[in-house]
Amino acid sequence: MTLVFDILVQGALLGGLYALFAAGLSLIFGVMRLVNLAHGDLIVLAAFLILALTDLAGFDLWFAALLVLPAMFAIGYLLQIGLLDRVLGKDILPPLLMTFGLSIIIQNALLEGFSADSRRLSAGAIETASIPIAPGIAVGVMPLVTFLAAVLVIVALNQVFYRTAVGRAFRAVSDDPTTAQLMGIDNRKLFALAMGLALAVSAIAALFLGIRANFDPTIGPARLIFAFEAVIIGGLGSLWGTLAGGVVLGVAQTLGAAINPEWQILAGHVAFLVVLVVRPRGLFPRAVD
Amino acid sequence: MTAPLLSVSGLEARYGDFQALFGIDLEVMPGETVAIIGANGAGKSTFLKAVTGLLPARREAIRFAGEAIGGLAAPEVMRRGIAMVPEGRKLFPSLTVEENLLIGGWGRTGSGRWSLDSLYGLFPVLKERRRSPGTALSGGQQQMVAIGRALISNPKLLLCDEISLGLAPVVIRDIYAALPAIKAEGTAIVVVEQDIVKAMEVADRVYCFQEGRMTLAGRPSELTREAIHDAYFGS
Amino acid sequence: MTASPAPALVATGRYAVRTRTRLSTVAAVVAALLVGVLAAVPLFAGRGLVQDLFFVLTMLALAQYWNLLAGFAGLVSVGQQAFVGLGAYVLFWLTISVGLDPVSAVVVSAVVTFVIAVPTAFVVFRLRGAYFAIGTWVVAEVFRLVMAQVKTLGGGTGTSLPREVTNEAAVVTFVADLLDLRAAAARDVAAYWMALVVTVATVVLVYLLLRSRQGLALSAIRDSETAAGSVGVDAFRTKLAVYLLAAFGTGLVGALVYLQKARISPDAAFAVLDWTAYVIFIVVIGGIGTIEGPIVGAIVFFVLQDQLSQFGSWYLMLLGAIAIAAMLFFPRGLWGTFAERFDIHLFPIRRRFVVRPAARPEEASRPVPLTGLKEETP
Repeated sequence: MTLVFDILVQGALLGGLYALFAAGLSLIFGVMRLVNLAHGDLIVLAAFLILALTDLAGFDLWFAALLVLPAMFAIGYLLQIGLLDRVLGKDILPPLLMTFGLSIIIQNALLEGFSADSRRLSAGAIETASIPIAPGIAVGVMPLVTFLAAVLVIVALNQVFYRTAVGRAFRAVSDDPTTAQLMGIDNRKLFALAMGLALAVSAIAALFLGIRANFDPTIGPARLIFAFEAVIIGGLGSLWGTLAGGVVLGVAQTLGAAINPEWQILAGHVAFLVVLVVRPRGLFPRAVD
Repeated sequence: MTAPLLSVSGLEARYGDFQALFGIDLEVMPGETVAIIGANGAGKSTFLKAVTGLLPARREAIRFAGEAIGGLAAPEVMRRGIAMVPEGRKLFPSLTVEENLLIGGWGRTGSGRWSLDSLYGLFPVLKERRRSPGTALSGGQQQMVAIGRALISNPKLLLCDEISLGLAPVVIRDIYAALPAIKAEGTAIVVVEQDIVKAMEVADRVYCFQEGRMTLAGRPSELTREAIHDAYFGS
Repeated sequence: MTASPAPALVATGRYAVRTRTRLSTVAAVVAALLVGVLAAVPLFAGRGLVQDLFFVLTMLALAQYWNLLAGFAGLVSVGQQAFVGLGAYVLFWLTISVGLDPVSAVVVSAVVTFVIAVPTAFVVFRLRGAYFAIGTWVVAEVFRLVMAQVKTLGGGTGTSLPREVTNEAAVVTFVADLLDLRAAAARDVAAYWMALVVTVATVVLVYLLLRSRQGLALSAIRDSETAAGSVGVDAFRTKLAVYLLAAFGTGLVGALVYLQKARISPDAAFAVLDWTAYVIFIVVIGGIGTIEGPIVGAIVFFVLQDQLSQFGSWYLMLLGAIAIAAMLFFPRGLWGTFAERFDIHLFPIRRRFVVRPAARPEEASRPVPLTGLKEETP
């Protein structure tokens, strides 16, 4: 029984990390119907930027992350307004292929710059610290902090979306880009803002990814798939749904790993496919589609 | 002699290979109410799309407050003091009534009478339903929201595209009852209407479109039924 | 859109709908000659050229199927490697465990891939647009992870084809005797000829499909599903048919490729780079939505690969940059831009409305029943 409980807790906390992966993806799709195939690679890029600042410049990990956050925001803003904006439109192929090309460029640029070696971000003693929450069950401090970070990010994003003028504009543009223009809203700048926000969230995801596990230039696509699965399982349109999706995915993977370590990823895919077949709109879809 | 607020000369517009407007000349004076009538497909909505920048146009073909604005992107045009009540209302489903009103003021700080409070004064029923999703209201109430959304930026020129479409006569009367208050602020209004009677009631001047051309222009008092009929349907 | 013909013209039966053009007839003859030359290549060329042409042909076939999916049916898949790997693994299973001869095995592999693609379609069709694309990728990953668990076929490290299959199969010994070659070279030639047959058949099949009623339905669906539905086109069934056809063809090619390689592993057979990224690159550079485009793209890609792949990461970055530049500046690809500019179509699939002049003046105004009208076929 404690084993099941342990799996649930570990899985749920892992879900926090997946929700962080997914939040940026969900945001971008919600605002501008764009799926960025380079999403995972951009998270890996952020992780390497943090690494570079800690290894090469000797910065403290948390300080480095604090610097990379606005840097990723700027990268997202420029990427959108300079490149992706030109191919946004009714046809889904150009943005897909452009972000696919971007994915390949980022992976190989990182390979050239950092080699294919596995890396890790070191947070010191806190990495292995754990807190007992019940007799015989302890949870790692980092997974807990990661989960809390996911919750905070989602709360913050919801605040932006539902309590600010910019958030109003995001929702209006998402509903009806043409009429939004008639309100004087400049879609280009708004999209760039959304992309910047998404990449800033990805920087947070990168921090916790790098602390938790090894990373190398090629792991981007797998993170994209986990993010995507979390979004679909949770249901489009709701960030809390995405968190729930991440938790389901995390639990499925942890369960699979407990049966056979080689089955971890596959178990997640299977859970995704089951949800897709049984509940195509996800577990918590928004009422208005 | 005051300069026109909006001055359109030789405006042409196309959808791909299909030409929808053939050289339209039209003027709107500050504070004036102008009605554009015509059958479906006459080019009335196309005209508004060209003015607001949703369709490309020659730079000099459209002048607003002395500036050539033809072909500018829609947000650029609208920030210069033009606001639109689009055909079909086009409220944002993800926004509440109050948020729909507020979004009209994005990036535009026109000073004037219209604010959230004064709009609730003009359309009291909206205040009760301010937290409902915009699309949960009746057609007439949605039209009020759409008008309020356009007014909140205190525009110099208000464009109304078929605001009586799909509404019961009683409701149409209530909607049009708000027009005098808007006029009182000195806002110029362009009303695109299929309802000729209503158009003639509110307008200082009337223009008639037929198959992309202007076939009639004049004051309501000067126009005969026959002239309007011929201009509307073509002879 | 040109104006519709006056009713009188339609009633006199003097119009026809035609796709063949003078240029296309010439091109067809040239193409037939070219195929003949290609078939004769093993008679006079070295093993290197045969292998290179095999690569070009198989990539071209894969590109035609991806083009059919994305360019014509609007289904953008980044998971076709699922069927490449599946076809390949089934081939290995059939030849190693079941003992089937390679040629039959290739065909059966394609059929098995087709069958497995049915439930796959059922799952991925629940997604749309870009999410459909990622969904196909997930399916490919599932196939890869499952195959890595199948120990009888080598598990994670893979396996090789035994000598009985590679050197002693009937087709290989036949070619070896015919051309007086050693077993390894004979296998290359045998695979090459099979690839030639498959690729030519693919191009012809795609061309005929697009010229048929189903092809017209595809264009309609791609332009507007709702409008297409209103004239009786069943979008779902048409897209499903295209998806399954592409799965069959991709599985066929996958089996062929790995027959020639004779060595398989999950990471190689289900690789996104080799079987999706390169294929998409070929279609995009050549010209999406045309049949000539992938041909041009395959040749261009081969040259790039041959000359530049030694540069590793930098080469891949270049490919990515070219793809991005193509989306920005040449979305119709090399052939597409050329064809549009000069209105040249070697495989014409656009239907032209042709009016035949009246032979005699009185014919011009004689009414003819509408049931007498026929679509002209060459």
